Amino acid sequence: MTLQLTDKDREMLRGDHGAATKMSMSILVRMAEVSNASELIDITGAHIDSTVYIGDAGLEFAERLASLGAKVSVPTTLNVSGLDEHHWQEWAVPSEWAKQAHRQMIAYQSMGTIPTWTCAPYQTETRPSSGQQIAWGESNAIVFANSVLGARTERYPDLFDICCAITGRAPNIGLHRTENRAGQLLLDVKGIEEIVQLRDDFYPILGHLVGKISRDKIPAIDGICIIPSEDQLKALGAAAASSGAVALFHMIGITPEAPSRKAAFQGSSPDETITVTMDMLRESRRELTHTDTEKLDIVVLGSPHFSVAEFKQLATLVKGKQKSPGVKFLITSSRAMTQLAKQAGLLDPLEAFGAQITVDTCILTTPMLPSEMKYLMTNSAKFAYYTPSLLDRKITFGSLKDCVDSAIEGRVVRDESAWMN
Amino acid sequence: MDELTIFGKPVISGSANGLALVSSEPLSFWGGYDWKSGEITDLRHPLSGLNAKGKILAIPFTRGSSTTTAVLLEAIRAETAPSGIITTATDLFFALASVVADELYGKPFPLVAVSESDFARLQTGDQIEINDDGLITVHR
Repeated sequence: MTLQLTDKDREMLRGDHGAATKMSMSILVRMAEVSNASELIDITGAHIDSTVYIGDAGLEFAERLASLGAKVSVPTTLNVSGLDEHHWQEWAVPSEWAKQAHRQMIAYQSMGTIPTWTCAPYQTETRPSSGQQIAWGESNAIVFANSVLGARTERYPDLFDICCAITGRAPNIGLHRTENRAGQLLLDVKGIEEIVQLRDDFYPILGHLVGKISRDKIPAIDGICIIPSEDQLKALGAAAASSGAVALFHMIGITPEAPSRKAAFQGSSPDETITVTMDMLRESRRELTHTDTEKLDIVVLGSPHFSVAEFKQLATLVKGKQKSPGVKFLITSSRAMTQLAKQAGLLDPLEAFGAQITVDTCILTTPMLPSEMKYLMTNSAKFAYYTPSLLDRKITFGSLKDCVDSAIEGRVVRDESAWMN
Repeated sequence: MDELTIFGKPVISGSANGLALVSSEPLSFWGGYDWKSGEITDLRHPLSGLNAKGKILAIPFTRGSSTTTAVLLEAIRAETAPSGIITTATDLFFALASVVADELYGKPFPLVAVSESDFARLQTGDQIEINDDGLITVHR
């Protein structure tokens, strides 16, 4: 298929709109050709994952664009950076890392972006709505935008998101197009009792399983008998986008493009139907824990970043209690959500409990954990998935309540009642 | 020595040769590839612990993080990247790393997409040559 460019696209490619736009359009056009696109489309927003600091190459890319005068042409939010800009010195972040990560923050901020510094941009004011064409990076944000909001983004990598933001264009491929958004696999969870479906750990556990089964296919989940909260869907999507390449899931009767099974599959039949059993969920839960020790150094929550509703849920659980002095308790969130939680009085019980909050980043994207902290616990399947390889630490997965109880006890304690055979 | 040829689609055209590392399991480079050494570090992945620097890496597609492209770009700059990559689908994450490596450093790497049945014929340890037209020659 030949790529058709508009007059404006060609102007951008020629350099009529500046050198940064030219570089971005050049990358965009090459990628559009690689992906067999016939045209580019306008986008109404972008989310930039390239803010995550990895090393010199990513920084050189950002500073090249910035030095060429790059400016975004659509409302653009920024993902987590490599640094909690104002509190990094309270942790073990090396100053050389901080300097480089901060340069990357400055570069992306100079492009007229909105410095949200969060992996949950869908819980900010710039949340896209159903049918909007957007170009998002960050795997959990992509799956949430497509699945829960009904917005349309292809699964975009770092470095491409910013090219779309600068040009305001994206290739008309993949999940931008209605016909590519139909469910392909049917995952039936009708056999899972309501008492399990009501648990907050059900969603990350199911998500981890969904990602493994679906690989790069679009799953449609049928048989959810409650109305999950937005944060439960966020946990499911983040898990599925870690263990698999899931960029869109449907939940029949719940998500916007799946009011019925027929709608979820756009009138076709599923390629395959898989019945999810309790044994499959137990195995999925087991896989998220990488140690059998009760030792615990730190509880980490907030992957994806904590919302106000999650702060509220946690505040209720910890009210009047205190964590063990031997265990740290860390929540990662955005500046905006933390500020809202503060205004709502939700941070006082957390502080009394002994919790700490880090914003702008998370444990996976900044080297903040001191080397003596070896045993971690989390309620996030995404943290659990990446921690062993990214941080070389041991991690235990549990429900939010398991995490709180363990922090109080000073060792891992998990309520196994719902998961026993 | 046996030789077999596979006709792939040159997603990013170029030539490379090297020993093959092959797995049917997708991989995220973020949390899965140490760009400082070229080692595959995802403990759940069948190629975990092996070093892909200078090799021909064959995996069906990327999973997980959007940051895979950024990690691969670091590896290209640090000269710890695979010399070529073979996939089944047209993988945007890999393609972009090659396009940006070309833009920044003039160092693209070849990326070839093959059918699932051809992919299944590849084995770790094969000596593989990729040419500009997407032709893959396998010696074993």
